Amino acid sequence: MKDHAKIMIVDDDIDVIEQLTLMLEATGYEVTSAEAQSEAEKLLENYEPDVAVVDLMMENMDSGFVLAHHIKRRYPKTGVIMLTAVASETGLGFDVTTNGERSWVKADVLLDKPVRHEQLRAEIERLLQD
Amino acid sequence: MADRLQVLAVDDEPKMRLGMARALRDFVVELPDFGRSVRFEVSTAETGEQALAHIAANPVDILLLDHKLPGMQGLEVLQKVTEDKLDMVVVMVTAYASIATAVSAGKQGAFDFLAKPFTPSELKDTIEKATTHLIVQRKARQLERERHQMRYQLISVVAHELKSPLNAIDSYLQLINDPELKLSADKITHIVDRSHDRLEGMRKLINDLLDLTRIESGQKKRNLVTVDLTQVTQEPVEDAIELGREHAITVETEMPPSLLMEADEGELRIILNNLLSNAVKYNRDGGKVILRVADLGDQVSIAVTDTGIGLTQAEADRLFGEFVRIRNKKTRGISGSGLGLSILQKLAHLYKGRVDLRSEPDVGSTFTVYLHKHTQVELAESIAAED
Repeated sequence: MKDHAKIMIVDDDIDVIEQLTLMLEATGYEVTSAEAQSEAEKLLENYEPDVAVVDLMMENMDSGFVLAHHIKRRYPKTGVIMLTAVASETGLGFDVTTNGERSWVKADVLLDKPVRHEQLRAEIERLLQD
Repeated sequence: MADRLQVLAVDDEPKMRLGMARALRDFVVELPDFGRSVRFEVSTAETGEQALAHIAANPVDILLLDHKLPGMQGLEVLQKVTEDKLDMVVVMVTAYASIATAVSAGKQGAFDFLAKPFTPSELKDTIEKATTHLIVQRKARQLERERHQMRYQLISVVAHELKSPLNAIDSYLQLINDPELKLSADKITHIVDRSHDRLEGMRKLINDLLDLTRIESGQKKRNLVTVDLTQVTQEPVEDAIELGREHAITVETEMPPSLLMEADEGELRIILNNLLSNAVKYNRDGGKVILRVADLGDQVSIAVTDTGIGLTQAEADRLFGEFVRIRNKKTRGISGSGLGLSILQKLAHLYKGRVDLRSEPDVGSTFTVYLHKHTQVELAESIAAED
């Protein structure tokens, strides 16, 4: 595991930001956060996170998708974890397991909300080792 | 707007079929209550079997069904149509008019009964009755569907709003319980405070829902008596001062020493609490809330001004849309049910009043509620004037 790896959290729910920040800082990461896609885009101008944890639905239904695209274009090495409440809200599921899905969802990992902390930690560690 | 209803005339006599088709060709039924007029397109069938085949393949709104047919009988056709719960009105036609036939047809779901021989105008009268019945029935069904839809929407929004604090608190508990994190006492205090905030928001939502249900169902007994509005404001103002203390928000009041009106004190309290708690919650630290109560003759105004985040015109327009904003409510860190304004508006309507909003982003908002002082008397007068 990289020491002091940089993790960026983007979510419009301040409780989620607080929780993940507490949890990831205690784990030893350096955490930056943004409450909106627009705020995240501004931060990204001079900040390259090792992993970005991005909520799917923020200002717009697809803010997370768009942000993930922008992150991957600017910093191809940054791992992107997308959090979605789509499954629990609508009962619909989608994944990034097939090539077709990977071509339009620019996320390395999709996790359902509410996210289990140990699972998120494990995914971050895995992405940092890649 | 002219609608076309499909009529199927079933009779084994060619002259009868022709006569019915001719009588209804240029016939128009006006339904002013629904803002529409109805015309008819007539198809015919000679036998019950033909009629059922036609119904299976084409939409039919009104079925003129001869009782005595070769082969399959009229009542059998009626039975089949009723069994399939088709959305049509059936009028039985017969030469052997007897009470027994009419009763039996009625029992099996026929709407009306037309005795042969009948004149074109008798046919038209029957068709007009059947048409009104059909349209009213369809409208009622449509309203029922919409009601179901709204109910479902409300339930899913409420479920979402209740689930979100549960998820947040669940995650906070996970953090406290995680032995690897070794959170400091400070952080744990912060987590507990935040969890309390979310619980408080949940409690507020549940209380607001109960208020709204009581007002909407009309089951809550209103106790309209003469009350002094100035006195009623006391407790809500004290609560607002308490609520604002933490953020150094001050509350000022401007009102006459006494203002009598006919009202339900509980309803006035809900209005005042809603206005004042919003003004405190959506304020800035060190901000100000001003409550102005004024006597406008036959009305009173209750205006609450804050020095808070304010709203753009677009946001203000959205704000009054019922239940819409809950989903979009992303006002950072402020817990609220999103039902407060719906409640305000519903209560204002009970006093033949309204809610007015003036706002400027980053400067603040003023919500003003206008209420009539004597709703009961005016209501009685307006009823008397109509008579």
